[in-house]
Amino acid sequence: MLGFIWFWLVAVMIVGYVVLDGFDLGVGVLHLFLVRTEDERRATLHSIGPVWDGNEVWLLAGGGTLYFAFPLLYASAFSGFYLPLMIVLWLLILRGVSLEMRNHLDMGVWTGLLDGIFGLASALLIIFYGAALANVLRGVPLAPDGYFFLPLWTNWQPGVQPGILDWYTVIGGVVALVALTLHGALWLAIKTSGDLAKRARSLVNPLLAGLMGLTLVSLIATIAVRPQSLNNYYQYPVTFIVPVGVLLALAAVWHFNRNAQPLRAFLGSCFYLFFMLAGACWGLYPVLLPATTGAQNDITLQRAISSPHTLAVGLVWWAFGMALAVAYIVFVYSRFKGKVDSAAQSH
Amino acid sequence: MDAEVIHRLHFAFTVTFHYLFPQLTMGLALLIVVLKSVALKTGSQQWDRAARFWGKIFAINFVFGVVTGIPMEFEFGTNWARFSQLSGGVIGQPLAMEGVFSFFLESAFLGLFLYGEKRLSKTMHWFSAVMVFFGSWISGFFIIVTDAWMQHPVAFDRLPNGQFEVLSFWQLLLNPWGLLQYAHNMTGAVVTASFVMAATGAFYLLEGRTSSYGRIFVKVGVVAGLISTILIIFPTGDLHGKYVARHQPAAIAAMEGLFQTTSGAGIVLMGQPNEQTQQIDNPIVVNNVLSFLIYGTTKAEVKGLDQFPRDQWPTNLPLLFYAYHIMAGLGTYFVLLMIVAALFLWRRRLFQTRWLLWLLLISFPLPYIANTAGWMTAEIGRQPWLIYGLMRTSEGFSSTVSAGNGLFTLLGFMGLYTVLGLLFTVLVYREISNGPEGGGPEPKAAEQVHAD
Repeated sequence: MLGFIWFWLVAVMIVGYVVLDGFDLGVGVLHLFLVRTEDERRATLHSIGPVWDGNEVWLLAGGGTLYFAFPLLYASAFSGFYLPLMIVLWLLILRGVSLEMRNHLDMGVWTGLLDGIFGLASALLIIFYGAALANVLRGVPLAPDGYFFLPLWTNWQPGVQPGILDWYTVIGGVVALVALTLHGALWLAIKTSGDLAKRARSLVNPLLAGLMGLTLVSLIATIAVRPQSLNNYYQYPVTFIVPVGVLLALAAVWHFNRNAQPLRAFLGSCFYLFFMLAGACWGLYPVLLPATTGAQNDITLQRAISSPHTLAVGLVWWAFGMALAVAYIVFVYSRFKGKVDSAAQSH
Repeated sequence: MDAEVIHRLHFAFTVTFHYLFPQLTMGLALLIVVLKSVALKTGSQQWDRAARFWGKIFAINFVFGVVTGIPMEFEFGTNWARFSQLSGGVIGQPLAMEGVFSFFLESAFLGLFLYGEKRLSKTMHWFSAVMVFFGSWISGFFIIVTDAWMQHPVAFDRLPNGQFEVLSFWQLLLNPWGLLQYAHNMTGAVVTASFVMAATGAFYLLEGRTSSYGRIFVKVGVVAGLISTILIIFPTGDLHGKYVARHQPAAIAAMEGLFQTTSGAGIVLMGQPNEQTQQIDNPIVVNNVLSFLIYGTTKAEVKGLDQFPRDQWPTNLPLLFYAYHIMAGLGTYFVLLMIVAALFLWRRRLFQTRWLLWLLLISFPLPYIANTAGWMTAEIGRQPWLIYGLMRTSEGFSSTVSAGNGLFTLLGFMGLYTVLGLLFTVLVYREISNGPEGGGPEPKAAEQVHAD
């Protein structure tokens, strides 16, 4: 029971991270090509300025939670995905620093370079995250002791000895890129005004169409790569509500965007991300990291979970701490609600 | 180089660079609360602007701390997988609690503090500063708890599969080692911030511009500096040292360069440890002082390294000896400098005394060195153990990550951090050049510029 709870608590942290940091990563991508004037750039950056590092905290808190609830999984996955994780770290560093420097008004000739680094790092991060999730769904070549090491690529085929990147995980990266770019466009539609908001909104439908197609492709590809993903769904058919939820969420985005209700459209996108991730977790459960080398090597919930005492104690402070955290987050977002002033200056 | 060395260097390099930022973040958070409190109490625009100026430097420093901090949590898993697998049930808790209890708090209220001055009341803005301070100090606490458990494991049990589990959550959090280390470390952070603030003020006074702010900065820096440089030696450093002597006697013997067990042991002020001859070359010794410092009597016997098997000696003895002596030597200099500066401040002569202002200015890098040396003392002193007495460092690194892959990413970090270091220097230097009045002549206009 404790294992079940902690599995979903970690899933909640991941969803929280993707939904929240997702929009500022998406804004980063849009910053590359949608935003034109200096005023628009400033408004764009201001729409994420007060919140982006708070959003990144979900990654840290999620990582910490994973560490103490499932130490074997943390140890195995982090050392096995060594190279891509290090690249993710470098991208996070480049992104954070370029954003911070961009906030200084008088960067002169460097401004364009910083914009470029910020946008590219955002895009690459999204692609890596999508590919990472796809790696977990596909499985990795676990040895009996629970460890593995993946090269960045082998023959681009998912198989017994795949690389981080193969055709399947690349699809995962592309789905993530389109989904979060859409997420960011919806955020900009809420937070900015004038021509920029209009352009952001007009981008929604093409992105939505692409995302619809890619979602279906990724679904079929996942079933092809790991057919067991459907087992839980067949066992509890009521859970087919999750893929239905994915489609409904996309329909909601389309509907509310057409009716110029950007906040609701954005919430639709949040639900899309939630259903996609929840569906993926449910497809795995109770496996945490599948082995391409045979199911006996899977890292399962039972195998990776911390002791019951640790988990019970953790539940108390986790619930308390996250309640506080949600209170701060609600407070901050309520303070910064409404559109950003495009003439606003930096801190 | 073998994989163990690479993984150790990897962590040592990234954590050393990282800690350059949080020590200022934590210390400055406290000093900003001081500035904001004076501003709130007196209604002074000047102190408000002083707080806003340091808020900008804080923000730069904070971002660099965040982006260099994320790798630290990852490296537990990426580079120290076998250690993480066994210890996650214990130290995974404080690490996760840091995220849950501190980072959300800190980032939420920092956003309000930096972007929300126009949207918040004066009291709320002050409150944001206080919450940022709490957030950063809670963060420090959980990291110290984590390290303290590796230094002095308490309240644990070992499961049949070798994993550690917590027996008492409160004993883990209230580990005596951790409390002493926390007091000592946080005081060290305040020393850094005091020196940085005093140096900035001294710079303005020497340049003869924005002198009214220069005086505020020097005054706050010197007063906070006097208090913190005394506290860091006594009682925090003294108590912490005695606790180390009791629980890690081999570490203290190596720190002090004491090869032979001695009654009435003297303290070595300077010298070069020679592991071959097992003595200190060119020693400058003060008799009996070491016995007194540890046991309160000049006659007490202090265990030397000869009491311990060679495979339990700290693995890098000379570096440990030097790190400890650099920390202690600089600490002594700090307290002397701050006493003199405080005397001059009290006699109202400090702002005109150029040689002393120069000393304050050029001394600002030294607390960074002392804090780093202090951490090196703690962590090299713990060797050869990863978890003291329970798990050796050679048993903890990721066996699937080869030395080649480790070196690849270590070099990557070295390159990236070189660039970061340069950028940070440029950004902070620009803020200091712009000065507290850089936002415009009238406080009101400035408010609008910085409000969001």
